Amino acid sequence: MSSDSSYYVPASSRMPIFMAFGLLLFVLGASFTMNNWGEEGSNAHWILIASFAVIWGTMFFWFGSVIKENDSGMYSGQLNQSFVWGMAWFIFSEVMFFFAFFLALGYVRLFAVPWLGGEGEKAITNILWPGFEAAWPLLVTPDNEQFPGAHHSMSIPELSKLHTWLPFWNTLCLVTSSGTIALAEAGLRKGNRTAFKLWMVATLSLGYIFVFLQGLEYYEAYSHMGLTLGAGIYGTTFFLLTGFHGFHVCLGAIILTIMTIRGFGGAFNDHDHFGLAAGSWYWHFVDVVWIFLVLVVYIF
Amino acid sequence: MSAVIDSHHDDHHHGPAKGFSRWLYTTNHKDIGSMYLWFSLVMLFIGGAMAMVIRAELFEPGSQIVSPEFYNQMVTNHGLIMVFGVIMPAFVGFANWMIPMQIGAPDMALPRLNNLSFWILPVAFGILLSTFFMEGGAPNFGWTFYAPLSTEYAPPTVTFFIFSVHIMGASSIMGSINIITTILNMRAPGMTLMKMPLFVWSWFITAYLLIAVMPVLAGAVTMMLMDIHAGTSFFKAGGGGDPVLFQHIFWFFGHPEVYIMILPAFGIVSHIIETFSRKPIFGYSSMVYAIASIALLSFVVWAHHMFTVGMPIAGELFFMYSTMLIAIPTGVKVFNWLSTMFKGSLTFETPMLFAIAFVALFTIGGLSGIMLAIAPADFQYHDTYFVVAHFHYVLVPGALFSLLAAAYYWIPKWTGKMYDETLGKVHFWMSFISVNLTFFPMHFVGLAGMPRRIPDYAMQFADWNMMVSVGAFLFGISQLLFLFIVLKCIYNGKAATTEVWEGAKDKGFEWTVDSPAPYHTFSSPPSMESLKSSS
Repeated sequence: MSSDSSYYVPASSRMPIFMAFGLLLFVLGASFTMNNWGEEGSNAHWILIASFAVIWGTMFFWFGSVIKENDSGMYSGQLNQSFVWGMAWFIFSEVMFFFAFFLALGYVRLFAVPWLGGEGEKAITNILWPGFEAAWPLLVTPDNEQFPGAHHSMSIPELSKLHTWLPFWNTLCLVTSSGTIALAEAGLRKGNRTAFKLWMVATLSLGYIFVFLQGLEYYEAYSHMGLTLGAGIYGTTFFLLTGFHGFHVCLGAIILTIMTIRGFGGAFNDHDHFGLAAGSWYWHFVDVVWIFLVLVVYIF
Repeated sequence: MSAVIDSHHDDHHHGPAKGFSRWLYTTNHKDIGSMYLWFSLVMLFIGGAMAMVIRAELFEPGSQIVSPEFYNQMVTNHGLIMVFGVIMPAFVGFANWMIPMQIGAPDMALPRLNNLSFWILPVAFGILLSTFFMEGGAPNFGWTFYAPLSTEYAPPTVTFFIFSVHIMGASSIMGSINIITTILNMRAPGMTLMKMPLFVWSWFITAYLLIAVMPVLAGAVTMMLMDIHAGTSFFKAGGGGDPVLFQHIFWFFGHPEVYIMILPAFGIVSHIIETFSRKPIFGYSSMVYAIASIALLSFVVWAHHMFTVGMPIAGELFFMYSTMLIAIPTGVKVFNWLSTMFKGSLTFETPMLFAIAFVALFTIGGLSGIMLAIAPADFQYHDTYFVVAHFHYVLVPGALFSLLAAAYYWIPKWTGKMYDETLGKVHFWMSFISVNLTFFPMHFVGLAGMPRRIPDYAMQFADWNMMVSVGAFLFGISQLLFLFIVLKCIYNGKAATTEVWEGAKDKGFEWTVDSPAPYHTFSSPPSMESLKSSS
């Protein structure tokens, strides 16, 4: 650390430009793959795969250098505070991303579907598909040939059958894992590394069980319930909300897996474990989103 | 300590690295700020060239130069580039340059993230512009990309458009996280929130708006992507969705977005007016509260963009009244600027000319905004050139003039050299006359019923349109003069003093350091006393 400055400003770095290059490959790869979907001889997906390699590789080295700088004592308390604010506002931006999808679900349920069914001042829209009846979950869509609705919904069954309902177990897993990760952090703060490792493994196991059960639910939906992405607005909102949530659970699980591996390797101590703390905030965030999601997608 | 630290130490005391890799690898807020500003200037000329094509086509009625399909692509990309590629990056460039200097910080809080936020912008716009050379042509559905034009009826390049919007959003979010963190965490000792310069305040609030709404835009384009490629029915009534849902989500992003493009301008203009009036800003805290009120209100007014879509009457009324409320904090700002000038010892250097023009012409845009906010009247104005006139008045003599003013105001501090004052004034008067020639007649043709986004028009609009086109060409040429002035300043300007502007020394930390500002401005935090003692 230079003597006249208390804030660490890194020397120039190659990491950001590699990341930008990775994102360029990602956009090209993803766009060409989607536009050429089903065409013979398209090799756009290789660009996509290459982009993942560049992005993950860059992240590995970028985070690696941050860890190295921290371990060699270059970071002041002020810089650590910058990381705290950075992560906090990143999570807020994620909250707003989910907000867009919740907004869509709310608008569809409160306005679009009832209006299509002839309710309110917009009754004229009922002329489009006469006989269409508004309902939620929407199992018979206005244009049921183009968007064949599902046979069953994922909504909560009567209480006696609750144990057969996957979201019940999913909720149990995720809420419990929010508790176990808090215990892991508490263990670390008290210097009890055994407790820390144990609770991290418990958290990860619960997270992976959640992902597995979610996969099972999707399999059920597609193979037995006719509930697909193309099943009208119910399938659309169901899969996009649970899907983006599941994607974020996967990201959180990857972050926590890396933190657990680092923890087993001796990283973190009772006062310096921001990587773990940030991962844990992220995990709490996916947990909170899930609770809202269960309420509006599955229960009400 | 380790070798890593030593290399850092060296870097800290010597200048920038040599060669092109300096720009690729840099973590310096000034380098990154300059790249943002040059990028937005390049995009201004690209987006401006598209505007010239539009005005050439509309020079006379009838189909003249380009096909209607290409005209649509021009309109769409002109809007996208000017909004996301010019105004927003230029303000981020000023934020990068000035926020650390104004709050007495060594750099931005997260310098590597800062580099990434910039370098993904050329990626996004490179991809967007490359769609012109792809099968189906560039996006042609307007910058607001309403579904189903942008989904069912879109060219295949819409996929590239969607991902490039994602990247632009990521850039803005990362930039905003950086700005908020810098402001919260890196102010010089003694600089409490209510002592921050107004430009810092305006960006602080803008950054919150960006973090709140860019993810919503990402959500909107993701829904489009799913509707196009995965068979979902967000915006398809046949599946129970609603195309109007797109408009709601888009404008939930879009209205805060228009304040994102004007709040930093408020900060800039406040600084310039107080400097050239040789008075402190009138009503500092009311300025802060006004910016915050505008930002909060911006979340509850979005549907005034869609009065004609068929909302329940309660919705029309709510959005009409909430929109009109915004006139109050905006009026507070305008009267504060006027009061600052009142009995000041004014001089009219180029930055001040642009700032005064901003106050006058932005107010015209604000007043036409109030006309548009009146729901029953909007049924007449909707989708006419009156709307085009309105938002160009707030964006060109509004946001763009504030950017030009800021460039003239701070360029001596950046380069250590003065720009040519005579040429600067010529640039101002050319811009001022031509901008009004371009956009004022649009009010008339709009009120008379000329629809926007159409490559042809009825005979009775011919005279005004020819005048508008002449004004637009003149405005385009004027901005080439700006490029010349900037280059002349960099390569051939007279040396600037530390203070640059008479009496600026107590107006902020940036006027207490050398001109040009050293590569690393503050190695130790400056004291607030240094501002007071000089006043």
